[in-house]
Amino acid sequence: MEKQINFICNDNAISGKMNPAITVLDYLRTVKKLTGTKEGCREGDCGACTVLLGSLVGNKVKYKSVNSCLLPLNSVNGKHLVSIEGLNIEKLSFIQEQLVDEGGTQCGFCTPGFVVSLVNYFLNHNNYNLHEAVTSLDGNICRCTGYAGIKRAIENTISFLGNNSAKDNIEFLINKNILPKYFLEIPKLLKRLNAQLETKSKKSKTSKFLVSGGTDIYVQQRDTIHSSNIEFVAENRSEKTIWKSGDKIYLSGNLTVEEFRESKLIHQYLPSLKNHLLLFGSLPIRNRATIAGNIVNASPIADITNILLVLNSDVHLHYEKKKRTIPLIKFYKGYKQLNKTRNELITAVSFSIPKSKSLFNFEKISRRTFLDIASVNSSISIKTSANVIEDVHISAGGVSPVPLYLRSTRKFLLNKKISLENIKHAVKIALAEISPISDARGSSEYKSLLLRQLFYSHFIKLYPQNFKHEEFL
Amino acid sequence: MRSYDSVQHAKGESKFVDDIPIPEGTLFASVYYSPIAHGKIKKLNFSQALKAEGVISIISASDIPGENQIGGIILDEELFAKEGVHYVGQPIALVVAENKFTAINAVKEIEAQFEKLPTIFDPREAFEKGELIIPPKIFSLGNVNAEWHNCDYIIEGSVISGSQEHLYLETQGSLAFPVEGGGIKIISSTQGPTAVQKIASRVLNLPMNKIEVDVSRLGGGFGGKEDQATAWAVMAALAAVKLNRPVKIILQRQDDMRMTGKRHPYSSDYKIGLNKEGKILAYEVNYYQNAGASADLSTAILERTLFHSTNSYFIPNVKATAYCCRTNLPPFTAFRGFGGPQAMFVIESAIHKAAEVMNVEPTYIQTKNLLKDGDEFPFGQINKNSRAEKCFDEAVKRFEFEKKEKEVKKFNEANILVKKGIAAMPVCFGISFTSTFLNQASSLVHVYTDGSVRISTAAVEMGQGVNVKIVSIATRTLSINPDRIKIDTTNTSRIANTSPTAASKGADLNGFATRDACNLILERLKKLAAQILNAKDISQIELMDEIVYLNKVKTDLDWIKLINTAYMKRISLSAHAHHATPNIYFDRENMKGDAFAYHVFGTAIVEATVDCLVGTCSVDSVKVVHDFGKSLHPVTDKGQAEGGIVQGIGWMTLEEIIYDNEGKLLTDALSTYKVPDIQFAPAIIDVHFLEDVPNPYGPFQSKAIGEPPFMYGIGAFFAICNAMKAFRPHKSIQYNSPLTHEKVLLWLHSEK
Ligand SMILES: Cc1cc2nc3c(=O)[nH]c(=O)nc-3n(C[C@H](O)[C@H](O)[C@H](O)COP(=O)(O)OP(=O)(O)OC[C@H]3O[C@@H](n4cnc5c(N)ncnc54)[C@H](O)[C@@H]3O)c2cc1C
Ligand code: FES
Ligand code: FES
Repeated sequence: MEKQINFICNDNAISGKMNPAITVLDYLRTVKKLTGTKEGCREGDCGACTVLLGSLVGNKVKYKSVNSCLLPLNSVNGKHLVSIEGLNIEKLSFIQEQLVDEGGTQCGFCTPGFVVSLVNYFLNHNNYNLHEAVTSLDGNICRCTGYAGIKRAIENTISFLGNNSAKDNIEFLINKNILPKYFLEIPKLLKRLNAQLETKSKKSKTSKFLVSGGTDIYVQQRDTIHSSNIEFVAENRSEKTIWKSGDKIYLSGNLTVEEFRESKLIHQYLPSLKNHLLLFGSLPIRNRATIAGNIVNASPIADITNILLVLNSDVHLHYEKKKRTIPLIKFYKGYKQLNKTRNELITAVSFSIPKSKSLFNFEKISRRTFLDIASVNSSISIKTSANVIEDVHISAGGVSPVPLYLRSTRKFLLNKKISLENIKHAVKIALAEISPISDARGSSEYKSLLLRQLFYSHFIKLYPQNFKHEEFL
Repeated sequence: MRSYDSVQHAKGESKFVDDIPIPEGTLFASVYYSPIAHGKIKKLNFSQALKAEGVISIISASDIPGENQIGGIILDEELFAKEGVHYVGQPIALVVAENKFTAINAVKEIEAQFEKLPTIFDPREAFEKGELIIPPKIFSLGNVNAEWHNCDYIIEGSVISGSQEHLYLETQGSLAFPVEGGGIKIISSTQGPTAVQKIASRVLNLPMNKIEVDVSRLGGGFGGKEDQATAWAVMAALAAVKLNRPVKIILQRQDDMRMTGKRHPYSSDYKIGLNKEGKILAYEVNYYQNAGASADLSTAILERTLFHSTNSYFIPNVKATAYCCRTNLPPFTAFRGFGGPQAMFVIESAIHKAAEVMNVEPTYIQTKNLLKDGDEFPFGQINKNSRAEKCFDEAVKRFEFEKKEKEVKKFNEANILVKKGIAAMPVCFGISFTSTFLNQASSLVHVYTDGSVRISTAAVEMGQGVNVKIVSIATRTLSINPDRIKIDTTNTSRIANTSPTAASKGADLNGFATRDACNLILERLKKLAAQILNAKDISQIELMDEIVYLNKVKTDLDWIKLINTAYMKRISLSAHAHHATPNIYFDRENMKGDAFAYHVFGTAIVEATVDCLVGTCSVDSVKVVHDFGKSLHPVTDKGQAEGGIVQGIGWMTLEEIIYDNEGKLLTDALSTYKVPDIQFAPAIIDVHFLEDVPNPYGPFQSKAIGEPPFMYGIGAFFAICNAMKAFRPHKSIQYNSPLTHEKVLLWLHSEK
C-alpha cells in the first residue's frame, strides 16, 4: 500500500508514492544508496543507524535523534531527515576531526551514529557539559574504542564551542564548522512542504497493526512489517499532549517518553521522574516510544506502566464512536492479554495530581544500568502523616506475567507506622504476591531478592531520617 | 599523522561489505540452521519454502561439488550438516532469493525432522565421557610434586570463566560473484582471506588461482572473523557458482549470535604453593576448555592458555594441563587474547585466594613473583627485556596505589551500603603465532610516476589501525609525505598465502615486510641518485623529506624527479618482500621452545564501587602503565589499550552468554546480551606509555598492542571482589565470571 510522502532528505526535497511501512534505514541504504547509516542490530540497541528527524515548530526546526531501523518511512512525512551524509562538510566537521584525532573511531562502523547523536546534542543544548553530552550517547554502542577517545573528542568540542550565547543554535553551529550551511534553508523548505501536506491519513479497517512509535512492533515484526498494512496512530498530533484538567493530569497516548520526561508540568509534581526516566531505553528510543505503546506492549517490565500503576492511572480508550475509561490496574488480564479490543485506541492516560505531601520513587535494576530492560523495577507513591501511612501504591515489574500492582502489600501497609518491622513484614507479603521466572534477565531467586532490596531502597530514599542503613542488613 | 580510514569512518564514507554497490542481478541468501543441539536429520522438506515468490534456490550439502568440509586445523566441520547436527545454530541449508526479506522469511518455511541424541554442554562432563578433541596438552617446568612439601601454604580451588560474544558491530557477511573462466571473486568481511580462498577451493573443487578474495576492511573482528567468517563466504561462493549469479549474505544480528562461536568458557582447578615470604614455589593447574562441537581454533587457543598459565610471574615448578572438550555448542573460536585471558584469570584467582588465606594483600604476592630477565617460562623460553617489574613499580608509584588503598579502607569504614575495592593486575603477553609457520607476511609496494605509492599487504584493517601503521613505516622508510601513500585492500591475487590478521601480529609482520619492500625500492633509487650526482658510493646518498642529500648536503633532486628519472631509465618502481620472524620455534613433542619474538608487559590499577543494597557495581577507574615500545602511532595504540580494557571489563563483569537446557542461546540479541556502553565504561581510563623502552624485535622499535590490554579488565573482577569482601569479610568468594549484578547481590545477601 503506497502513500504520498513528502520530505527533505539531507539537502534534497523528495516527494513521491512510497511504502510507508519500510524502515528509514532500508530506505536510506537500499533506495537512496546512502550507506553511511549502518545496520548493527535492527532492534534499537546499537545506534549505528541513528539519524536526525527535524520538525517545524513555529519558525524553527526542532531536531531529534531516532533509530532509523525502527522508524517507519511514514514518520518522515513533512520532516527533515538527516543522515550522516547530510552532516558532512567539505573537509571534516569539528566533531569528526576530534573523533579522528582523539582515537574516537577504530573500525568505524559505529562512528556515523556517534557523529549524528553528538550533533543532536549540540543542536539541542546551549550550555554544554561533558556529563550531559555523554548521557545523550546512551543509545550508541561502540565495541572498539572503550569510549575514552569519544569522551576526549566531546571535551575538546565543548571547549572549542564555549558557551553558546547565540540565539540560533543552527547559525552558531554552522559558524563553528559543525553543521553544513544548507541547514539555514530548511525551515523555509519545510514550511513550503507542510503547506502541501495531506494530513488526514486514510483509516483502513483492514490494517493489521496500530503503530505509534514503532519501537516495540518494529522489533517484534522485524521481517514482515514492511509488507504489512499499518495504521499509523501517532503522527497526527494536536498541540495538546500533556495537560491539566481539574485535579488530573492527562497524557495523550502518543506522548513520547522523552516529552514526558522533559515536561514542565511533570517536573512540578514528580520532580524525580526526570532522572528516573533516563533509565528508560535511550534518547533515540525515548524520542519515539509512546505512553500508549508502553501500556499496550504489556511487557511485565514496562517502566512507564510501572510508574503509572502507582499514580493510580486511568486509561482512556476509543474506537469509532465508543469511548470508555478503565483503571490501569484492570487493564491486564494475563500475559500480554488486555482488557481492550484489537482496534481500540488508547487516546490518553490520566492520573490525579499527586498530593503535596505524597512521595514518589522509582527503582530499576538491570544487567547494564542504561539502555537495558529491567531485571526488576518498582515504583512507590506514598503519603504519610505523623509517620503513619495514609495512602500507598506499589508496583513491581519483571516478577509476574503482567506489570504488577501489589494489592495485598498496599492493604497491609495502609494505616501502619513507617517502621522497620512493618516494612519487613510488607516485603514478605509482596514476595508472596509475585511469581518470578528464571530467564535471560535473571534467576527467579535473584528477582525475589532484588525486589526485597528495591523495596528497602524505596524507604531508605524516601525516609532517610527514619532508618539507619545497618538495620536493613 | 591522520589515519585515512578514520577520516572515512567519521564521514560515513567507508565501505563495508554491505555498503559496496552490488552487481546487477545480485541475489540474497539466508541460512537455515539446526534448531536442536544434537541429532540425526531424518527429513528435510524445502518444497513449501521454494514456493514463496522470489525464492530462487535452496542449497544444501548435496549441492557441494567438492568436499563438504571447512575445518581449518582439524577436518571435523561440515559447511552444511548432512546427516547429523551437533549444535543449535549449525547451518543446514541456504535459501537464495531475489531479496533479503524473501530469503529470511522463506527460511521459516523449511520443514525438518530430527531424531534427538544425548547432549553435553559442560566441559567437565565431556571430559568424563572421553569427549576430547585432541589428547591433553601439558606444559611443565621443574617438579611440582617434589615441591609441595617445601610450601608453607598450599591452596586449592576452582575457577570458572564465561564466554563472550565478539559483537563486532558489523555482522558477518560476504558478496561473491562469478567471473570469467569459471572463477569466483569473493568480497568478505574476514580476518583470514587465505583461509576463505583455501576452503572455498576445497568446497568448490576449484584451484586456488581461480578464487580471488578481497577485503577492504572489517567493522570489528576481535578474532570472531578469523576462522568463522569463512563459512558465509564459502556459502555465498557456492551459491554464486551454482546459480551463476552474484550472491550476498549478510547475517542478521540474531542469526550471527546464534550461529557463530564465541570466546571459550573454561572451568579450571588450581593448586598453588607458597612460602611464608609470599614466593610462589609450585603451581599446578587443569584447564577444561569448552571447545564446542568442532575444533575450529580450539587446539591453538588451548595451547596459548598453557603459554600464559603463569601470567607475569616466575614460578619454578609448574604443571599445566589442558583438555579440549567437545560439547554440543557452536564451536568456540578466537577472541582477543586467544586463551590467554582464561589462563591469567586462574592464576590471579589463585593469588587472590592465597592472599586471603595468608592474610596479606594480593600485591604482596604479586610483587614477590614478577618476572625478571633470565627467568624461564614453563615452555622453556628465557625472559628477556623484561618490563614486568618496571611497569608494576611505575604503576604503583604513579597512581599512588598505597594511598588509594588507604582511602578505600577509610571509605569502607565510613560507609555501610556502599563499598569500594582496588586491585592491581599485571599482564605479560607473548607476541607471535605459536604455530611458527604462521609468522610470515609479505608486502607489495608500487611507486607510480607521479610519486604516489600504493601498498598491499596481508594485513586486514579492522579498526586496529594496521593501515596507518604501515603508512607510518613506509613514510619513514621512504622519507616521503604520508599523503602520498595509499593502502590497498587485502587481496589474495596481490598477496598470496597470507596468515590471518591475528595474534596482535598484523603490524609487526606486515610492517617488516613493507619496510623491506620499501628498502628494495629505496636502494635502487639511491643507486640512481648516486649516478646522477656522481657520488662514488650510495652511502653518500640520503633521502630526507622527499629531498636527496649528498654527503648530508641538500641537492635539487627530489622525490618526483628521482621517480621520473628511474622510470625513464627503466628501473623497477615496484617491490615485493616477504618477512618471516627470525629465531622462533616451538617443539610440540616436548612443549618447549622460543615461541615468542618478545613479550609485552604492563600493569593496571583498577578501582570499583559496589552498591551493596541492590548489588550494582561500577568500575571507577583503570590506570595503566603499559610498555608500548616506541609507538608507531600513539593515537592508535592508546585507543587499542582503552578499547581492550573496556572489552575486558565487559567479559569479566557484564557480558553473560546463557543457553537453556536444550543448548539454545537465550542471550541472542543486543537486548539481552549487554556490552559496555558509554556510561558503563570507567569514568577514568588513564593509559601511561612506559618511556624509553625500545623493542629491537618490532618495526622501528614498536610493540604489538591488539590483545594484551584486554587482560587488564581482569583487575576489575578483583576490585569488585574486594569491595564485596568489605561488606562481608568472612564469606568466601567463588571465582566465577562474569561477576554480574545478579551474582554480586546473591553473594552479598544470601547464606549460600
Ligand atoms: C532498544 C529498546 C529499548 C527499550 N527500552 C525500554 C525500557 O527501558 N523500558 C520499557 O518499558 N520499554 C522499553 N522498550 C520497549 C518499548 O519500545 C516501549 O515500551 C514503548 O513505550 C513502546 O511504544 P511505541 O509507541 O514505540 O509502541 P509501538 O511499537 O508503536 O506499539 C506497541 C504496541 O502498542 C500498540 N499501540 C501503539 N499505540 C497504541 C494506541 N495509541 N492505542 C492502542 N494500542 C497502541 C501497538 O499496536 C503495538 O501492539 C524498549 C524498546 C527498544 C527497542
Ligand atoms: S541498527 Fe542497531 S539501533 Fe538501529
Ligand atoms: S569503532 Fe568499531 S564499533 Fe566503534
